[in-house]
Amino acid sequence: MPQVPLRPSSIWAIPVPHERPPDMHAPVAPVVTSGRDLRLDLFRGIALWLIFLDHIPSNLVAWVTIRNYGFSDATEIFVFVSGYTAAFVYGKEMRERGFVVAGARILRRAWQIYVAHVFLFAIYLAEISYVAVSFENPLYAEEMNILDFLKQPDVTIIQALLLKFKPSNMDVLPLYIVLLLLFPPILWLLQYRATLALGASVLLYVLTWEFNWNLPSYPSGHWYFNPFAWQLLFVFGAWCALGGARRLSGVLRSRVTLAIAVAYLAFAFVISLSWYLPGMTQYIPSAIEVIYPIDKVNLDVLRFAHFLALAVVTVQFVPRDWPFLTTRWAWPLVVCGQHSLEIFCLGVFLSFAAHFAMVEVSGSIWLQFIVSALGILVMVAAAGVIAWYKRLEGRSPGSRPRKMPDADLAGGEA
Amino acid sequence: MKARGMRTPLAAVLALLLAVVAALAEPYSCEIPGYLLFGGNDLKHVTEVVKNDHRLTIAVVGTGSSALAGPDGPPSAYPARLQAALQQKLPSVAVKVITLVRTRLSADDLAKGMDKLLVDEKPDLVIWQSGTVDAMRRVEPDDFRAALDEGVETLQKAGVDVILMNMQYSPRTDSMIPLAPYADTMRVVAQQHEVPLFDRLAIMRYWSDVGAFDLYAAGKDNVLAHRVHDCIGRGIASMIIDAAHLHGLANKASQ
Repeated sequence: MPQVPLRPSSIWAIPVPHERPPDMHAPVAPVVTSGRDLRLDLFRGIALWLIFLDHIPSNLVAWVTIRNYGFSDATEIFVFVSGYTAAFVYGKEMRERGFVVAGARILRRAWQIYVAHVFLFAIYLAEISYVAVSFENPLYAEEMNILDFLKQPDVTIIQALLLKFKPSNMDVLPLYIVLLLLFPPILWLLQYRATLALGASVLLYVLTWEFNWNLPSYPSGHWYFNPFAWQLLFVFGAWCALGGARRLSGVLRSRVTLAIAVAYLAFAFVISLSWYLPGMTQYIPSAIEVIYPIDKVNLDVLRFAHFLALAVVTVQFVPRDWPFLTTRWAWPLVVCGQHSLEIFCLGVFLSFAAHFAMVEVSGSIWLQFIVSALGILVMVAAAGVIAWYKRLEGRSPGSRPRKMPDADLAGGEA
Repeated sequence: MKARGMRTPLAAVLALLLAVVAALAEPYSCEIPGYLLFGGNDLKHVTEVVKNDHRLTIAVVGTGSSALAGPDGPPSAYPARLQAALQQKLPSVAVKVITLVRTRLSADDLAKGMDKLLVDEKPDLVIWQSGTVDAMRRVEPDDFRAALDEGVETLQKAGVDVILMNMQYSPRTDSMIPLAPYADTMRVVAQQHEVPLFDRLAIMRYWSDVGAFDLYAAGKDNVLAHRVHDCIGRGIASMIIDAAHLHGLANKASQ
């Protein structure tokens, strides 16, 4: 079994060749593509930054984020890359140490994410309680009703622990928890009957649309990210990691595919412009309306296709051995992408803090720029420190190339 | 991730430029740029009734944010301000604005009341403010959409014009109420039924961005609320005159 380093020995001490000759692949079942693909870290880093910017309410800086230019947004990138890396890390584990060990590690990971979610909920409670006592404005008498739930903390907190009450912006981690809980059998099937596993995932997606399956929420409604629909993207990412990407490489490199992808992205761009500029609506044929609603809850096909189109264009123009990936300019994004759970949670916390600063100091455009930039700086610094800790504790696979990927680290990647 | 506080680059650049302009201009202006106010959907029934009968009855249907508390609340809230602004702009027309504001009612509750409204008040135009209660309760967006569809269709079948109005921009509670999916739904419903959408969310956000109002302000002071409602009332009046093509009738001096 060849040892494939999961990441460069140090993100500062680069470059490490990522390509391995094909004969070095393990002969076992479907083979993992060689080396760690830094593009994944880079794009997950980008997704984390965008999620942070989008989570700061009223933030003008968020107009740079991709959701304003098409159907899909950073969530799709995050879920896909998470599926890809989870399969990459735990798939190797499952082949080498069996279903039980890998499954147990995946479940431990789900537990860690649950704890992180509860931690974020505590911070959210602190923020909203503060607002409740400090804010009285007759203009917003109606909006203040949102604080009603503070009057019955017994119900609210229990519902939050059951993942049924999820304050706004806190929907991604519960999705991730459910995806990981379902992942061990899916991963097992992906290893031996990859096409069947992907087919099952598509089937579940279709049935979910047909029968409106979803998990219930408190006080009403359903999960904002329906796990039965979003699993498609996660499983698709995992399928790509376990050899699917290579099987698709012919299609991905074709000029026709690229042309279709570019045309679709342009179409989505024009449509999304019409959402903001009412004057443009008259130029859009009314037949286009059949595409609505573009359902985020259930991962609309249009969103999925938009993500695929973005991926096709990305794969065409960003080669795996792109030198930029190992430069110091890419490092801030790559290092964030490599510690995604920590940085995601930090990002949610920082977006609360940024909003707090805007409320308490000023909502001016300049402050919005400052808190956005400062938040990203803190995320990068924290990721750097976490990477440093892991090297210090010898948990980086680069420092002990023959060591199994540590669960925390693996999780940090997954 | 969640589409919150949507912006286009164009709008953002405009807002930035206008922030500078607004800082130099008079302090209390609450202009609304045309791209936020005017769309391609007409108010055909309003045009007819104003031109033929010289009267216009408007019903405002909504929840808490369509009213202001206190003894001076009703005359200061936007429905009353709309009547004043419209009457001033259309002196030859008998304008009547009635309000049916019920707190804590979802779009579904309000939609079910539309039939009765048509019988009781015989409005020519219904301004339907909605979304906040549904967002706070996190009503299923599909159900919210179905309720809007039902209400708008009821009104349109009766030959009544409709303007949909979405939520207020409330920066302090922005991280707590997931407005975006509901605002998107209202935009889609407005497009599909070809009714104007008074995008209160984007307009108030625009005022906040250009510094017309400090919507972050805390305190029991009524001045801010009164000024914002006055501006909203005048904004709707402009929208009605534009969408019903009443510029010819409008009193030029007051525009």
